[in-house]
Amino acid sequence: MAKIITVTSGKGGVGKTTTTAALGAALARTGDKVVVVDFDVGLRNLDLIMGAERRVVYDFVNVIQGDARLPQALIKDKRLDSLFLLPASQTRDKDALTEEGVDKVIEDLSRHFDWVICDSPAGIERGATLAMRHADIAVVVTNPEVSSVRDSDRIVGILDSKTLKAERGETVDKRLLLTRYDAVRASRGDMLKTEDVLEILSLPLLGIVPESPDVLRASNFGVPVSIHDPDSAPARAYNDAARRLKGEELAVEVPKQKLGLFGKFLRRAA
Amino acid sequence: MTLWKRFFTNGSAPQARERLQILLSHERQVIGGDDLLSSLREDILAAVAKRVPCERDSVKVRLERGAPMSVLEIEVEIRGNVDLRMTQAA
Repeated sequence: MAKIITVTSGKGGVGKTTTTAALGAALARTGDKVVVVDFDVGLRNLDLIMGAERRVVYDFVNVIQGDARLPQALIKDKRLDSLFLLPASQTRDKDALTEEGVDKVIEDLSRHFDWVICDSPAGIERGATLAMRHADIAVVVTNPEVSSVRDSDRIVGILDSKTLKAERGETVDKRLLLTRYDAVRASRGDMLKTEDVLEILSLPLLGIVPESPDVLRASNFGVPVSIHDPDSAPARAYNDAARRLKGEELAVEVPKQKLGLFGKFLRRAA
Repeated sequence: MTLWKRFFTNGSAPQARERLQILLSHERQVIGGDDLLSSLREDILAAVAKRVPCERDSVKVRLERGAPMSVLEIEVEIRGNVDLRMTQAA
């Protein structure tokens, strides 16, 4: 049986889709069978970030409505043999996803994969609650910024009440992934520190992904950032996060700014 | 930001931290109470739906919390004109 991960945040634009693709590729790179599932019906983007946008024939809604079988809708990644994508429908709305339909698809997928990673849409409506319904682990993607932290707090509350685990009296294993972390602003004191966010949300830390042009660049190419340039800082952060998901005990590195001489002087004076 | 300020302020993060702590402690209470409100809503919906057809979304329950007293506001929308005799008989 697969482990089911939901990548969620409440707020839009914090890096859920980037994270889904990056963790999916990072886990598949270790040889595990991984499927990433786009729950953002009507506004799909995971196909684009994975570089599979021109190979979408059938989608999640087609499978739920019986117009296609699950294997027909799954797209195999061009780079990693054990990585698959189930795209969302672009032409329908969120009501096309039914609870029973989602249950059936997730059940089928979890029989054949080691990891099912659900990319949640922004918000707290139907699409988001369906995406988190089956979660064993929730990766709460948060930017060190007030509105993102607030929305993450809200999502944590929903994870504790509206998931299958919550209904059974169990709890979803929630992990914080801090993204778009800017070491320069943090050192200037203009960005919430990692400890601040951890204290406010009181979640265990899965990783810190630094703000980096590599993320945008990888998305331009349609390659998950974790495998685009494996030596880049965000790639290392995502690959480490994947190892932590697999149970490895690995200390989280707080990204540091590289200081020039003048920078060091400024910092001492500040 | 002037160079002076750049040297002698601690940055804006402590402000963000403090505002978030206050806001979230409040919101968590409200959301804790949200459970109370949603159970109340379910109870009211069940009671009303026994007599008149009524949809889930048409029951609104709000709680305005205050120091001397709180106000529980319940609003139920029922489609069309309600026949009083019919509803009593049903």
